Amino acid sequence: MTARVGVVVFPGTNCEHDVAEALGRLGGEARMLWHQDPDLHGVDAVVLPGGFAHGDYLRPGALARFSPVMGAVADFAAAGGPVVGICNGFQVLTEAGLLPGALGVNRSLRFVCRPVRLRVERTGTVLTGQAEAGQELVVPVNHFSGAYRVDPATLERLEAAGQVVLRYLENPNGSQGDVAGVCNEAGNVVGLMPHPERASDPLQGGTDGQVLLRSLLAAALDRSASGARR
Amino acid sequence: MSRFGVLVEVRLRPGIADPAGSTVARALPALGFDGVEGVRLGKAVRLTLEAPDEPTARRTAEAVAARLLANAVMEDYEVLAVEALPNAPEEGPRP
Repeated sequence: MTARVGVVVFPGTNCEHDVAEALGRLGGEARMLWHQDPDLHGVDAVVLPGGFAHGDYLRPGALARFSPVMGAVADFAAAGGPVVGICNGFQVLTEAGLLPGALGVNRSLRFVCRPVRLRVERTGTVLTGQAEAGQELVVPVNHFSGAYRVDPATLERLEAAGQVVLRYLENPNGSQGDVAGVCNEAGNVVGLMPHPERASDPLQGGTDGQVLLRSLLAAALDRSASGARR
Repeated sequence: MSRFGVLVEVRLRPGIADPAGSTVARALPALGFDGVEGVRLGKAVRLTLEAPDEPTARRTAEAVAARLLANAVMEDYEVLAVEALPNAPEEGPRP
C-alpha cells in the first residue's frame, strides 16, 4: 500500500515540489491538487505547503481560504482526514478557521530563514504519531509572518487540551507560548511554521523532519486501510 | 442605485503586539517629535460601491470587512466614513 497525499497548489505556492519529493523518498505518493478544483481525488491525506498563496495580499492566507479546494479540505478534515499546513499552509488553515489562532508579523520585523530547535509536545497527532514526547528536532523556518497569536484564555485552553504540538526551544519570531505548531481538538489537522520537507535529506543538512513526514504517511495509510477513502 | 465611497479602518486589537508601530514610535524622538505617546499601524481600505442608500452601503462595507478585510483573532475594523459619489458616466461614445 502506498499513502497518497494531496498537495494543494495555490497561485504563489512554492514548496509543493519539495514536499512531494520528500514524501516520495519516504515511500509516499504525492498528487498535486490545484486550488480551483473542489475535488480531492480520493487522496488519503492533504498537505497545504509553503509559499505565498495569492501573493499573501491583504494577509497571508486571507484570500486562499476562499479558494474552491478549501471547502473540500474542510469536509475532509471534518471527516477525520489527515490535514497538515506547513508555513503558508498553516496561515491558510488558521484563516480558514480549521485551526485556532493567527500568524502575525515577526517581532523582529525581519524575514527569518534558519534552522530552529523544536520540542515535540504532543504525540498522537497526524504529524507526530511516530515521534516521542519531548523529542527535540532541528527544522528550518522561513517566514515573515510566523508569530503565533491567540488570546491568553484560548492559549491556556490549547495548552490544557494538548493542542500545542511543537514548541520552539529558541523562539525565532515572538510567537506566544513559543508555539511552533498546533492541532485541532481531534489531532487530525496540524499546522506548523517550520518546514519538515527541508530537513528530510542529509544533503539539506539534517533529517529531523522525516519523523514528522513519516507520521503523516502512516496516518494516511491508516485512513486508507480503514476504507475511509473518498 | 447610487454610488458611495466608504473608508474602512482595519487595526490590530488592543494588546496585540505591533512591532512595526513600535519601530515608528521609536523613530519619532530622533526627528524632534517628543509628545507622541503611541503609534499603531493598521490598514485603510477605500471601497467604491453601488447601493440604494447610505445605510445599505455601510452594511455592505461592514460585511466585507467582517468576512475578508479583518482577521477577528487579531484585528478590529470600523467604517469611518461613507460619502455619496457622483454617478458614473454613461457607457458608450461621447458626443
